[in-house]
Amino acid sequence: MYQGIIVAGFGGQGVVSMGILLAYAGMVDGKHVTFFPAYGAEMRGGTANCSVIVAIDEIASPVVGQPDSVVVMNEPSFAKFEPMIKPNGRLFINTSLVSSRSKRDDIEVIEIPANKIAEEIGTLKIANMVMAGSLVDKTGMMAQKSLIDSVGKVYSRAKPEILKMNEVAIKRGAES
Amino acid sequence: MAERTLMKGNEALAEGAIRAGCRFFAGYPITPQNEVPEYMSWRMPQEGGFFIQAESEVAAINMLFGSAATGARVMTSSSSPGISLKQEGISYCAGADLPIFYANVVRGGPGLGNIAPAQGDYFQATRGGGHGDYRVFVMAPNSVTEMANFPKRCYDVAFKYRVPSMILADGILGQMMEPVEFDFDPVDPDTFPEFDWTIGDAAGRERRVVKSYDLRPGRLEEWNFERQKRFDTIEAEESAWDSEGIDDCELLVTSYGSCSRISKSAVKLARDNGLAVGLLRPITLYPFPKRAFKEAAKGVKNILVVEMSLGQYIEDVQLSVEGAAPIHFHGRPAGGIPTAEEIYEIIKKIMGK
Repeated sequence: MYQGIIVAGFGGQGVVSMGILLAYAGMVDGKHVTFFPAYGAEMRGGTANCSVIVAIDEIASPVVGQPDSVVVMNEPSFAKFEPMIKPNGRLFINTSLVSSRSKRDDIEVIEIPANKIAEEIGTLKIANMVMAGSLVDKTGMMAQKSLIDSVGKVYSRAKPEILKMNEVAIKRGAES
Repeated sequence: MAERTLMKGNEALAEGAIRAGCRFFAGYPITPQNEVPEYMSWRMPQEGGFFIQAESEVAAINMLFGSAATGARVMTSSSSPGISLKQEGISYCAGADLPIFYANVVRGGPGLGNIAPAQGDYFQATRGGGHGDYRVFVMAPNSVTEMANFPKRCYDVAFKYRVPSMILADGILGQMMEPVEFDFDPVDPDTFPEFDWTIGDAAGRERRVVKSYDLRPGRLEEWNFERQKRFDTIEAEESAWDSEGIDDCELLVTSYGSCSRISKSAVKLARDNGLAVGLLRPITLYPFPKRAFKEAAKGVKNILVVEMSLGQYIEDVQLSVEGAAPIHFHGRPAGGIPTAEEIYEIIKKIMGK
C-alpha cells in the first residue's frame, strides 16, 4: 500500500491541519508517513496545499509528483491538481464549493458536499474532517479508528464538544 | 529508544541540538528556517539555556564567537542570504579554532532569491565559505530523523578537532514532517570536561587569548599547517555515506540531502523494472567520501548526478571517481524539485532502454 495524497483549498479551510492529521494518524496506524506543506506565497490569501504520503514500506521521496488521491476543497485547486492524478487514482471533490466536474474516465471521482454536511453537524470548520473521513474510507490506507483517535492528539487545544463533532464528521464523510 | 513523534524538520533540528547539549542560540529570522529560532525561544529556557534574537545575522554569528570561546555548545541557523552574511564571523571562528555549529536551511538564490527548496549553496558550504584556508565539517541529512540526530555528530566532531561544523539542509527538510527517533540520550552540559583553551574565570591560571590573528613572522603559516593536520585527520576518519544496490549496478546514481530521497525513489522504480541501477549518497559533504565513490565507480558503465543546483555537487563526484566512468548530469535550480518519474526517464535514456 502506497498513497501519495495532495490536499488543496483556500487558506483557512484546514487543508494543512488535515494533512498533519493524516500523517499523524498514519503513524499511529503503524505506517510510514511524510508531510510536506506548500509554504510559499500561495498560502497568504490564495490557495494552500500539502502533500502527505502514507505507505507500508519506507518512503523514499517525500515529493508527490503524481498523486494517488487528491482532495480539492475549492475551485482553483480543482484546475491545478485534477490533471495530475495518476490513472486509476481518486479525486475527492467538495461539491459545496467546486462546480467543475472531472471529464477524466481513468479516475474515480468522489463527490461530497462537505460544507453542507459540516454545517448540519454544527460548524463549517469541520468540512475538512468530512473529506478526511471519506479519503480514509475509500482508500483503506488506515483504520478509521486511527484517524479518530488522532484528532485529540493533533488538535490538543480543541474543546471536547468540537472533538466530538470532528468524529461525527469523519464518520459522515465515510458514509457519503 | 523513545516512541516516535511527528516533528517538522526545523523543530527536530532545534530539539536535536538541545539534546546534544546546546545551551546558547543566537539567530535572526528568515524563511524557510523560522521554526528553528521559534522553537528555541520557548524550549531553550526550559533547559536553562539562552536564546537571543539578534539585531542582525552579523551580530548573531559574533555572539557565537564569544559564547563558543567559553567552551559551550552553541548554535545559529539561517537560510542562504543570512548564511552569506555570517561568513565573515564563521571564518573568524575557524581562525580562532572555535567549535561552533550552524545550519543552513537552503532557499533559492542567488541574491534574495525565493523561499523554495534548493541546493545552490553547496560550494559555499564545502569550500569554506568565508575567507582563508579552512574547511567546515558538513553533514547533509535526508530525513527529519537525521535532522534530529546530526547536530550531536556535528558537535562531537567540532569539539574533537576544534573546527566549525554545519548541517546543510533545504526547504524540504526544514518544512516536512516525519516520525522522529533520536539515536542518543540527552547530553548533560554539566558533564562536559574542562578545556585548556576556553576563556572565562581566569583565577589561578595562565592568561588565555582566543583570537584569529597572529602578526609574528611565520607563526600564522605554522598555525595553518597545524590546523590542516586536523582537517587531514577529519578527511581520513570522519566521512560517512549510504548506498543501495551498488555492488551489481551498471548505472550509479548519486545525490545528497533531500534530493537523494527523490533519486532513491527513481532508483527503486528502475530496479523494479529490471534495470541494474544503484544509489550512492554522501552523508558528510566535507569530508567527501572519496574512497567510497572511487570504489563504487569501478565497473559501472555510467554515473548520473542529480542535484537541485546547476553543477556544484558534480565537481566532488568528478574529483572522487577520477574519470572512471562517464558522468551525466541533471540539475534543477532555485525551487525546481525533480520528481522520481523525471529522473527515471533520464535513467532509461542513459541505459538505452
